[in-house]
Amino acid sequence: MKSGSNLESLLEKGEFVVTGELGPPKGPDAEAVKKKARMLKGNVDAVNITDNQTAIVRMSSIAACKILMDEGLEPNMQMVARDRNRIAMMSDIFGASALGIRNMLCLSGDHQTFGNHPEAKNVFDIDSIQMISMVKTMRDEHKVISGDEIEGDFKMFIGAACNPFADPAWYRPLRLAKKVEAGVDFIQTQCIYDMKRFKEFMKQIVDMGLHEKCKILAGVTPLKSVGMARYMAANVSGIIIPEEMIDRLKGAGKGNAATEGIKILCEQMQELKEMEGIAGIHLMAIEWEHRVPEIMEMAGFLPRPEV
Amino acid sequence: MIVAERKPFSEILSMVEDYSKILVIGCGSCVTICMAGGEEEVKLLASQLRMAFRKNKRGVEVEEAMALRQCDDEYMNDPVLLDKVRAADIVISMACGVGVQHATTFFNRIILDKPIKVVPALNTTFMGANLDVGIWEERCVGCGDCVLEKTGGICPVTRCAKSLLNGPCGGSSNGKCEINKETDCAWHLIVERLKALGELDRIKPVEPYKDWRPSHNGGPRRIVREDMRI
Repeated sequence: MKSGSNLESLLEKGEFVVTGELGPPKGPDAEAVKKKARMLKGNVDAVNITDNQTAIVRMSSIAACKILMDEGLEPNMQMVARDRNRIAMMSDIFGASALGIRNMLCLSGDHQTFGNHPEAKNVFDIDSIQMISMVKTMRDEHKVISGDEIEGDFKMFIGAACNPFADPAWYRPLRLAKKVEAGVDFIQTQCIYDMKRFKEFMKQIVDMGLHEKCKILAGVTPLKSVGMARYMAANVSGIIIPEEMIDRLKGAGKGNAATEGIKILCEQMQELKEMEGIAGIHLMAIEWEHRVPEIMEMAGFLPRPEV
Repeated sequence: MIVAERKPFSEILSMVEDYSKILVIGCGSCVTICMAGGEEEVKLLASQLRMAFRKNKRGVEVEEAMALRQCDDEYMNDPVLLDKVRAADIVISMACGVGVQHATTFFNRIILDKPIKVVPALNTTFMGANLDVGIWEERCVGCGDCVLEKTGGICPVTRCAKSLLNGPCGGSSNGKCEINKETDCAWHLIVERLKALGELDRIKPVEPYKDWRPSHNGGPRRIVREDMRI
């Protein structure tokens, strides 16, 4: 085993996994993390803890991961290249490992201009693909990237993101191949709404055999309202929401869009489960953690498998 | 070339309002070409200053001068220029940041009877190209280890908002960067160029961690060409 994490074990056993997502609070409120954790407990196999997502200052991912673990859940620590150079990254990864964190997600990170400190200086010493390679070197060669030996055991299940809907579309499978080449163990995709385009993307991935070299978790997010769908389609890069999906939300009538959104999501989850090359779902119910038990039940994904 | 923009007049005025003999020196190289600190701009700034002081009813002398390159002793060691500097209480340099610093060092090395204060009139912004009339865009950050051969002549260190070295991030949309719809995604341009050149395989291997030592990473960088030293 590369990490001994539950996520790795379940994927190795061939279980169809589900990971959740939890955004730490904009402050030191541990209770806020615990509250969300309790909603997710027993409903997902591991939980991504974001790292200052959209460049807005929040409780550190590592600290929130530890609080989550104390609640009996397994974290997937996100780390972005925006805020740390290689020294700080490796140091924080050691710290995370010492606290028992065994999964991490290597990301470039949203640019600081999107956040609440646009005047900040970014770092980007290394990029997300180099971060994958760095963690792999640490784990498999037991060295930091300068070549110095690591003291003590270091295990980590290495994840990364993939946006199948970003441009240039033809290059996206090649970018995923590069992440595989760098040594990624699992991939979580950006939110999928355009199932047709995602199927085409996955066909290329399967033809290239990439699904056999890393585990691919398909990212989904419930649409809460027509407004949210329109906003995301217009403002979030790489999000494509088909018109017929928006029409379904509209057709549900006032007050029923959220229920219809969950229904659409459950259909997507079932379809993704049957799709070749997909090893699990990454369910990003952002600020909707309390609906996760219901979603998982309705999608027929409960109870979660034991390790 | 080095591209710069003039600072707002109020900021320049606030630097010199306590002085009565002001010398404005333009620079005849990059900032003349990008129309920020050449002869025309010296004339304009000097007249703006004269008008402002006339309004304040203060007797202030504003002199004008030019140096072909403020970053080079050879073009600064001009007796007429040095006399004007000696006569001034304060010098406004309309050169880039290099010129301002070199002027400070040079004048204080040559003129020993009083300290010379040099203040900047420009914000030095980048090393860039002139894309069209009145449009300049950054093309090089001077990282000290050029990768353009591998990346189809398009610099990811400079032109990618995240300086990514291994391809486009998930924010690339319709050829544009997610942080600014006016800005081309550098990696979109790179992969399309490499595809056209039949060189996509060049970026298949993971690009190693960049060595930032040759970049702005540890005090001023310096080049000594022994073959040119006497």
